Amino acid sequence: MAIQREHELHSRRRGRNVAMGLILGGLVAMIFAVSIVKLSQSQSEDSTAPNYVPATAGASE
Amino acid sequence: MADVSSIDTREYEAQFGDYVELLKPRVMRLVVFTALVGMLVAPVPVHPVIAFASILCIAIGAGASGALNMWWDRDIDAIMKRTMGRPIPSGRVQPGEALAIGLALSGLSVMLLAVFANLAAAGWLAFTIFFYVVVYSIGLKRRTPQNIVIGGAAGAFPPLLGWVVATGSISVEPVLLVALILIWTPPHFWALALWRNEDYKAAGIPMLPVARGERVTRRYIFGYTLLLIPVALAPSFTQIGGIAYFAVSLVLNVVLLAGAWRLLKRQESDRDADNFRAEKQFFGFTIVYLFVHFVMLLVEATLRAFDLSITALPIWF
Repeated sequence: MAIQREHELHSRRRGRNVAMGLILGGLVAMIFAVSIVKLSQSQSEDSTAPNYVPATAGASE
Repeated sequence: MADVSSIDTREYEAQFGDYVELLKPRVMRLVVFTALVGMLVAPVPVHPVIAFASILCIAIGAGASGALNMWWDRDIDAIMKRTMGRPIPSGRVQPGEALAIGLALSGLSVMLLAVFANLAAAGWLAFTIFFYVVVYSIGLKRRTPQNIVIGGAAGAFPPLLGWVVATGSISVEPVLLVALILIWTPPHFWALALWRNEDYKAAGIPMLPVARGERVTRRYIFGYTLLLIPVALAPSFTQIGGIAYFAVSLVLNVVLLAGAWRLLKRQESDRDADNFRAEKQFFGFTIVYLFVHFVMLLVEATLRAFDLSITALPIWF
């Protein structure tokens, strides 16, 4: 249900809500970026994956 | 449906900045710097995106422990001049909010670091938060005059966290960096405590000058300075140090030792005459001292990266 009335609380908390939104957006962007980086780095677990390199065993990078 | 007007209407609405202040941004800046140095001097390169995300997690974890510390210390923060303007004692943030934010961000930062970097780094971050909040704030701060010696340990971990993010394990170099901050902290804080004595006395915190007197504190500052010198020089003889670090560290240590000696020789009449000028100078210099040591480690790492380092120093550790 959409909020119909503009309550005084909405303007009072606008700054907080905008900042919270930006932080959550940033968090999503960061997790996405890390996922892309991790997926494109070589790994040694799945030998059928295109980024499989046996020599990287145990390396976190 | 509950009406929004049922939400409590306090006179002051906490703004976003008040919550940011809970995370002790100034401490966070220091944490970001030392963790970044720990990561950059490590022998394993880290992808910039992973590095950024990991440092952010470490900073948020440190901030979370700051919020938990403010929640626990809200009674004494309200008494001391230095801290009475903090969000909780000034009434801008409710204690429960600080506790919730501290716990939530602690959990989140540790979990994200485990995903972004590795389990070892996450484990060390969790330990650091636990150590600062439970061992230091809740356990020792109000009980022992050696509180700052233990509390310094929590502040000392970030370079190790940075190192573990890069390498996944611990070796002698990050341990030396931890030791450097750990042993640096007591003289740094005791110099401050010398002229903030009244504050700590009022709050009933057994800071060394309160519990054992000014003379003993001056002796301790000198003693810890002596202890600090070999620890600060030791990284020169590891793979992260070198001749440039050694030379600068030597100069810094001579200046620090001279300052500590000066504090040791001062009488109460001296400090009353110039209103703690030497103590304040010493305190200021300790900040420069630590900062430049870490900058020199970065310089050495840069020299190594460009193959410019002079390999005149043996690697002992």
